[in-house]
Amino acid sequence: MLKRIAVFSLGWLLPVAILVTWLTMSHFGWLTARILPAPLDVIKAGVELTASGELQHHFFISLQRALAGLLVGGGIGFILGFVTGLSRVAERLLDSTIQMVRNIPLLALIPLVILWFGIEEESKIFLVALAVFFPIYINTFHGLRSVDKGLIEMGKVYGLGRIALLKEVILPGALPSILVGLRLSFGYMWLFLVVAETIASNGGIGYMTMNARDFLQTDVVVLGIGIYAVLGKVSDMLAVLLERRWLRWHAGYSTS
Amino acid sequence: METNIIELAQVAAASRQHGVAVNATRVVKRFGAREVLRGLDLSITPGEFVAIVGRSGCGKSTFLRLLAALEPASEGGITLDGQPLTGISQDVRIMFQDSRLLPWRTVIQNVALGLPGDSRAAALAALNEVGLADRADEWPANLSGGQRQRVALARALVHQPRLLLLDEPLGALDALTRIEMQRLIERLWQQHDFTVLLVTHDVAEAVTLGDRVVLIEDGSITLDLDIDLPRRRERGTAEFAALEGLVLDKVLGGELGQN
Repeated sequence: MLKRIAVFSLGWLLPVAILVTWLTMSHFGWLTARILPAPLDVIKAGVELTASGELQHHFFISLQRALAGLLVGGGIGFILGFVTGLSRVAERLLDSTIQMVRNIPLLALIPLVILWFGIEEESKIFLVALAVFFPIYINTFHGLRSVDKGLIEMGKVYGLGRIALLKEVILPGALPSILVGLRLSFGYMWLFLVVAETIASNGGIGYMTMNARDFLQTDVVVLGIGIYAVLGKVSDMLAVLLERRWLRWHAGYSTS
Repeated sequence: METNIIELAQVAAASRQHGVAVNATRVVKRFGAREVLRGLDLSITPGEFVAIVGRSGCGKSTFLRLLAALEPASEGGITLDGQPLTGISQDVRIMFQDSRLLPWRTVIQNVALGLPGDSRAAALAALNEVGLADRADEWPANLSGGQRQRVALARALVHQPRLLLLDEPLGALDALTRIEMQRLIERLWQQHDFTVLLVTHDVAEAVTLGDRVVLIEDGSITLDLDIDLPRRRERGTAEFAALEGLVLDKVLGGELGQN
């Protein structure tokens, strides 16, 4: 028990140390508010913006965009990965094209995206969807392909039909890889949302911080960065939770 | 009329209990230009326990895979009870060298795989036969290699096969677990009376279990030996040693003759 607490707190050691350093440096005036505001000011900004309802407004806009992008991009990625993973014909047809598109630096598309979709919601959702598509596509494809052939053969001998084979053998076998894709895509999801919201926007956390920058409100800028960090951490924890729950059988993920 | 149907059903049920007759005539299997089986003939009577031995690459596992309908024969015919083998049969179950349990299903779910409806009771009964009923709700990852093979055996038995194909299922087990498993397989075979085809590279194991020991060399049968020793067979006896020596001589002699 004590050991578990020690291991747990080890992970928090560095963040707490950084926070304390930051506090002290601001307190003694070694750090001007223009470079980095005091932690207390950031909290104050958070409280004020929450009281006015502005923070929640921007937060939900960002969250909506992230989830919509994930749903669209992740959904298409999963379906295409599924199809190419199961069928050699589909792989021949689609995979080289997808790999070609994947090698385009997505951020290079931004001018084009803005021309196509303007700076409305569609452009942000499109960018996020494009970013989460690839990790989910590749890992779904790879997961389906790397299912143990021996298990598939066994399933056939033991009388499983096509649907049962998918449900009992192939999908569970591909799940660890699919979840890795999901976890990666969470990271890309926030990254591309930040970029999209920072470049051109009229709402969302990114817009809030860019706006604050124009008025030199570093406390709000840092608050926005902090919120992104928390969102990233929370979604990563969610992915880990899913892994623990769905991969209980897997030695690498079991909690015991 | 009605009694007739019941009688028919009883006959069908009785014949299900029995092993299946296997007949292979001039079976050829080619992978590309390589001929793995070269006109193999073998007939097995219902309920017989046949052990196939041979050196690695002689084609013994390939023959088993043909019987399981995992691969089609290139030439020749295989019949089960006189019926040509057309595809994966409900009467045939195969056990592999690795247990091939689904790691994401519990032990009992693995045993019940492919059974229709609520099959927990049947699966539990099968697990009981291999002595693992108390591990029913664990993950396969928590079992030892020998226990996993016992679960795989239970999974095969639960379908009440009439032909059980064993593809070196004991190859990866330690010596003591092997002997335990051999006794278990022998006991279950005597109880259920199915036909067994065991592929092994262990001549002593073949002589311990087989009614007949068949040697495959280079894709065809070069020795077909009846083993008339009473069961359960003890390895220490002179008759056992003589038979084992006979088969071993043939295996090694074949090797010397080739080179």
